[in-house]
Amino acid sequence: MAAIEHLTQDFLRTKKLPHIWCPGCGNGIVTAALVRAIERTGYNQRDVVIVSGIGCSSRAAGYLNFNTLHTTHGRALAFATGLKMARPELKLFVIMGDGDCSAIGGNHFIHAARRNIDLNAVIVNNHIYGMTGGQHSPLTPYGKKATTAPRGTMERPFDLLALARGAGATFGARGTAAQPRQLEQLITRGANHKGFSVLEALSPCPIAYGRRNKLGGPVEMLRDLKDKSLSVERAAQAEPEELEEKTVTGVIFTVDAPEFTEEYYRSIERAGGQKQGV
Amino acid sequence: MQGNEACAEGAISAGVRFYAGYPITPSTEIAEHMANRLPEIGGVFIQMEDEIAGMAAVIGASIGGMRALTATSGPGFSLKQENLGYAIMAEIPCVVVNVQRMGPSTGVPTAPAQGDVMQARWGTHGDHPIIVFSPASVYETYYLTIAAVNLSQKMRQPVIMLLDEVIGHMREKVLIPETGKLMVEKSSDRVPSDWKPYDEKGLTPLVPFGFGHYYHVTGLFHDQYGFPTGDPPQVERALDRLHDKLVKYRDEIVMTNYIGHKEPRVAIVAYGCTVRSARAVVKKAYWQDRLPVGLLSLQTIWPFPAKEIETLARQVDVIIVPEMNMGQIVGEVERYACGQAKVVPLNRYDGDMITPDQIYDLMGRWLP
Repeated sequence: MAAIEHLTQDFLRTKKLPHIWCPGCGNGIVTAALVRAIERTGYNQRDVVIVSGIGCSSRAAGYLNFNTLHTTHGRALAFATGLKMARPELKLFVIMGDGDCSAIGGNHFIHAARRNIDLNAVIVNNHIYGMTGGQHSPLTPYGKKATTAPRGTMERPFDLLALARGAGATFGARGTAAQPRQLEQLITRGANHKGFSVLEALSPCPIAYGRRNKLGGPVEMLRDLKDKSLSVERAAQAEPEELEEKTVTGVIFTVDAPEFTEEYYRSIERAGGQKQGV
Repeated sequence: MQGNEACAEGAISAGVRFYAGYPITPSTEIAEHMANRLPEIGGVFIQMEDEIAGMAAVIGASIGGMRALTATSGPGFSLKQENLGYAIMAEIPCVVVNVQRMGPSTGVPTAPAQGDVMQARWGTHGDHPIIVFSPASVYETYYLTIAAVNLSQKMRQPVIMLLDEVIGHMREKVLIPETGKLMVEKSSDRVPSDWKPYDEKGLTPLVPFGFGHYYHVTGLFHDQYGFPTGDPPQVERALDRLHDKLVKYRDEIVMTNYIGHKEPRVAIVAYGCTVRSARAVVKKAYWQDRLPVGLLSLQTIWPFPAKEIETLARQVDVIIVPEMNMGQIVGEVERYACGQAKVVPLNRYDGDMITPDQIYDLMGRWLP
C-alpha cells in the first residue's frame, strides 16, 4: 500500500483526476500498469517523457506527472522521434490508440519500427474510435459493428505485431487489461529493451464497442479478454485448432539490431562533431 | 553561395542544430546542406517519412531544447500546416522554410512563383498569429534566417521563411561572420522557481523537457501550466495571449525598406524576388532619370506592414504591386491604403519572373 501511495504522489497528477474515461474503460488499468512499470525500471522521474497522440487513451498523458507531450492525431511517434534524436538520454513512452497508431499514424509507426529508434510504443487497442463515438479502426475485427460499419466491417484488420515485426521493430509484446500484472511486466521488458518496442494492450470499450456488438458490460468484456488469452509458452505447444479465437499474450518477438540514436551519434563522432549539450 | 545554402548556413549561424524534413524541389539543397554540415558540428539531421513527420520531429526536438528548422515547398508546405498549427498553439519555437514553386498542386516544380503568401498566412486552421519573412537576395536570406531563428525563440512562435525558386537557386556573394555563435541570442538561463510554461504575465522562455519542470504540452486550449481547458474565459485569454505577443513586439518583427525619391508620386510595393525587378526600375527611373518614384520592399509580409502602407499611401498617387501570383498581397495593400492612393496590381503567373520593363511600362502611365 505504501508503495502505491508513493506512486500516486509522485507519478500521477492527482489534482487532474477524475479522468475523462467512461465507466468500465480499460485505459485506467493500462495507465496504472504503465506507471508501475516506470517505477520498476528505476528511471529518474525527470528523464521520463510521455508522448501521446489523439484519442481516449492518449489523454493519459495529462494525468501522468512527467514531462508530457500530447501531440496531434497519429503523429506521436514523429514528435517522439525528434525529441529522442535531440535528447537520447530521455526515456520516452508513446501512448497511442489503435486508430491513432495504425490508421492515421500508420506511416510513422512503420518508419519508427524500421529505424529501430529506442522508443516504447504502448498501443491501447480497444478495437474502436472511442472519443468520436465508435467508428471502426484498422484493428476492428472483421464483421464487428461500428457507427461507420452498421452492418459489420468488411475490412480485414491488421495484425499489429506482425506489422511491427515486418517493419523492423525489435521487441513486440501483447497483454490485456484483464491481466494488469503481466501488462506491467511486459511494459518493463519493453522499456529495458534497446530499440523500438511495441506493446499492444487489449482493452475493453464497453460503451462505444461492446454495447453495439453485444459483448456485455465491463466485467464480461474483461472476462472475455482473459478467457481468450493464451500465453506465448502455451500457444507454442497448442494444436492449431486450439489457437482459433485465441489471443496470444506475452513477448511475441525480440530481434537484435542496431539502435538508431546510438548509430546516429556514432556517425557524429566520425564526422568530427561533438554532441551538443542542451 | 546559393540562396538555399545561405538559408542553411544562416540557420547554423543562429544555433540551429536540428533538421528534419523530406526531399522536395526546389528546397532540397537545404536538406542536403544540413545533412552534410550538422553532424560536423554535433547536430542532428534526419530525413523523415513525410512532411508531416518532418514538422513533428522539429517540434519534438525544439521541446528537447534544440533549435530546429525544416524546409519544404508548396505541396510539402500544405502537409506541414497541421503541425504548424500545433507549434503556434503550444508555443514551440521553430523555423519553417517554404521555397515557393508554381502551384496549385504539383504545378511546375522548377518554376518560381509567389502563390503561397495567403497559405503562409492562413494555411493552418483556426485564428492564429503568424510571422513570415520574404528575402529578396541570397544575402538577405542568410540574415533573415538568423533573425527568424532568434525571433522564434524569443516569441516562442514558428517563423516562416518564404523564399521562392529564384532566391533559392540564385548564387550571390554572402559574407559569413567567422564565428557563427555570435549570432545566437541567448535567452535567459535562469529559470524562476515559479516558472509557468504559458505565464499569463507575458513571454517566458521554454524550459526544455528533462529539467524537472513537469508541465504538459498540448494542442488543446490550455491554462498557464499547459493543462487542457474548455472554460470560455480561459479559452479567450489563451487566444488573446497568442495574438498579443505579436502586437506587443510588432516593431521588432516588421521589417521594410524604402529606396527612391523623397516625395514619390508612384511607389512600388514588392517582396521576395520581385523586389529585384522593382529595384532595377527605381535605378533607372529615379537614380538615372530623377523621376518621382520609390520602392517599399517588405522583408516581413506577415504580420502585414499596415502602418508603413498607410504612410506610403498618404504620400503617393499610385501604388503598384507586382506579384508572381494572381494578386495576394495587393488586397492587403488596398486595405491599408484606405483609398488614399490608387492601388494597381501587376501579376504574372506563367512561371517566369516579372521583368523591370513590365513594371516600367505600367508605371509610365502615371509619370510626367
